[in-house]
Amino acid sequence: MELSVSDLAVSLGNRQVLRGVAAAFRPGRVTAILGPNGSGKSTLVRTLAGLLDADAGHVRIDGRHIARIEPRERARLIGYLPQDATVHWNVRVRDLVALGRLPHRSPFAGESEADAMAIGAALAATDTFPLAARATDALSGGERARVLLARVLAGEPRWLLADEPLASLDPVHQLALLDQLRALAASGMGVVIVLHDLIQAARAADDVLLLKAGEVVAFGPAAEALTHQPLREAFGVEVMIVPDEQGRLLPVPIGRTKA
Amino acid sequence: MNRPLLLILLSLLVALLFAGSLMAGKVWVPPTVWFSSDPRWWIIAELRLPRALLGLAIGGGLGLTGAVLQGYLRNPLADPAVVGVSSSAALGAVAAIVVFAASAPLTIFAAAMLAACGSMLLLAGLAWRADSQAAFILAGTVLASLGGALTAFLISIAPNPFATAEIIDWIMGALTDRSFAEARLALPFIAAGSALLLLTGRALDALTLGEDAARSLGVRLRRTQLLIVLGAGLAVGASVAVTGVVGFVGLIVPHLLRPLTGARPSALLIPGALGGAALVLAADSLVRLAPGASEIRLGVAMAVLGTPFFFLLLLKMRRSPWN
Repeated sequence: MELSVSDLAVSLGNRQVLRGVAAAFRPGRVTAILGPNGSGKSTLVRTLAGLLDADAGHVRIDGRHIARIEPRERARLIGYLPQDATVHWNVRVRDLVALGRLPHRSPFAGESEADAMAIGAALAATDTFPLAARATDALSGGERARVLLARVLAGEPRWLLADEPLASLDPVHQLALLDQLRALAASGMGVVIVLHDLIQAARAADDVLLLKAGEVVAFGPAAEALTHQPLREAFGVEVMIVPDEQGRLLPVPIGRTKA
Repeated sequence: MNRPLLLILLSLLVALLFAGSLMAGKVWVPPTVWFSSDPRWWIIAELRLPRALLGLAIGGGLGLTGAVLQGYLRNPLADPAVVGVSSSAALGAVAAIVVFAASAPLTIFAAAMLAACGSMLLLAGLAWRADSQAAFILAGTVLASLGGALTAFLISIAPNPFATAEIIDWIMGALTDRSFAEARLALPFIAAGSALLLLTGRALDALTLGEDAARSLGVRLRRTQLLIVLGAGLAVGASVAVTGVVGFVGLIVPHLLRPLTGARPSALLIPGALGGAALVLAADSLVRLAPGASEIRLGVAMAVLGTPFFFLLLLKMRRSPWN
């Protein structure tokens, strides 16, 4: 089940944010979207999630136009974790996670056994079971990030699209969340995440899509996209490529490219 | 609190206050003479029963609308006035009194509903173009200001002191001397509006996560907005059309109940309706019991009650922003 975009152009207001974007995301892999601020990363993820209409081009899931899929069915296929971690009411953690089941529940139906199972599994997968009875306001930043991920997982989507899920997490929680996303991809889910950190991307992502000013600079395996030339072009930075203990090549930024 | 228990307790409270509303007044009518040939029974059958029914429906509608709007706008300070329907309905009624010298309930009701529906359509149209909350609130606020200004203008050109007195009397909001004629007019609209509002529960829950996340969960925000505009318009419009402006119920009731229901917006809808009914029935019984020849106006009593509550709320909010 492939998620793909072809010749995509998207505007926010009068400003064209994405143009000519083409990419095919594969299930079972983690794809990181990277690019400077304002390069259109969030816009691309929101468009992939079916939340923004394209000016031109299409988003397809398994060959079907996403704009033509009924919203609830789309919600069962694609889970979206927004950058904004605000929870507007101080609800209990379990109630929050249960929101992920909304696309599976018919109108006025109560919680089914399948719902309860999925909620339990999502709490377990994110190690948030002990928090279930807690109020959202009583969570730390790391706990909140895991609970919000559990909310998406409770919907059992085929695709997980996450917009900067590592923002505001300390290094330990960043690594834990990335491990989690890798595990989800290993179980067959398609994972697309917006990241800022080149090194985290090199560690966690199978594929990388580099954006600059709304256009794709590079799209391919992380080891090929996260190299000198594409990073120079996208970010205007020089990197030193350093192997880690497992032999993965990590791009460490060392300075700005001189004009 | 356990939800079935809470609903049972609130229903019992409403039933008790309804019965109390039939008994209380300048003349006390004990249950022993109900359904008898005692002349006091006619006070209930002709005067107090329609008044209690209206109190029940209006309180329920206002409480429910308040709960829905606070959930939708994710703001504990929202109340039915923010959509501007109250002001528009009031404007319609005042226009009927001034321009057509109307005093028949049906004429005033029709004018108020017409104005309420007109402003609703305008609000839906304005907000439809940009399905954002800011557009919704701004459009509602502008409609409310316009309604207020035009009402003031109509008062200033009122042909005689009698019309002015009637307008002011009407704007203050009261259930005094309401008959079955008014009840028959308003109840179907309030019921229809409430039914529409009850359909929004899931969308409101999903909006706890913000608009993007709610849409990603399959919620159609424009449909939700339309349900809210229509539901609030019908329920609040019909309430204002028969009683004048009764404020604060929609603001207070959700806050009183949230500690009991939990913060999940959908869990607050039915309790909100029951709580609103209880509050209006209680307040309307109390204003009748107050000493003196004339009654304190329900709208006035609510505002006097509501303002200190509002200040307490603001003080509390400085400590914990979202209840």
